[in-house]
Amino acid sequence: MAVIERPVAKPRPIYLNLLRIRQPVPAIVSVLHRISGALLFLVGIPFILWLAQHALGSEQGWEATRSALGHPLVKLVLLALAWAYLHHLLAGIRHVVQDLHIGMQLKSARASAASVLVVSLLVTLGVAIRLW
Amino acid sequence: MVTRDRVPVGAHYGWRDWLVQRVTAVIMAAYTVLVLFLLLWFGGLDRAAWQGAFGNEVFRIVTFVFMLALLWHAWIGVRNITMDYVKPTALRIPVQALIAAVMIGYVGWTLRVLWP
Repeated sequence: MAVIERPVAKPRPIYLNLLRIRQPVPAIVSVLHRISGALLFLVGIPFILWLAQHALGSEQGWEATRSALGHPLVKLVLLALAWAYLHHLLAGIRHVVQDLHIGMQLKSARASAASVLVVSLLVTLGVAIRLW
Repeated sequence: MVTRDRVPVGAHYGWRDWLVQRVTAVIMAAYTVLVLFLLLWFGGLDRAAWQGAFGNEVFRIVTFVFMLALLWHAWIGVRNITMDYVKPTALRIPVQALIAAVMIGYVGWTLRVLWP
């Protein structure tokens, strides 16, 4: 196998204090894409399976699930999951659109990232209003 | 090909995972539209309507396909997270194995919910 010659990296200043770097909007959307995905896996899947199992069982199960969904803490979990699902879905659609080489310019990439953030938060707000 | 960088606890090398992530995403997006449509059609959470939906064999199979797409998609995503944050191989193997075991458990749970 041929040995690959790699260009020697230029010494650059390292400044990686995450709390002090001002991240561009696409970076924020990207980090939230990961966080929302992790949330959906860790909480979302067991939560929805548990919910479906109880709701689809007996009539009492359906009623018990409905009253459980009325609990403020459960509502908060539901709201967090709704945001995670929306953000992950919209950021994912943005990804696929960019795979098609649409919206690759810096300006449009920033605009689409900002819309992912704003739209998912607005729809989450709508879900919150619907829940309470 | 960067053959020398291959690690057994890494991703698949090539574009398979990339493609799987997108195909499973499209399946899930389509299912999401279907469920939103059903929610509108049933006018929310009506027990008889949802019992009917989940009593339909086609809907159960479609839901099962959604769950498999979700779990395959989640596996790739979560594995990528472990590749970024869990560096020692001796730790990454058990972490990934645990995640894979949980995923298989979820498949069993889904079967139990859909075909009780």
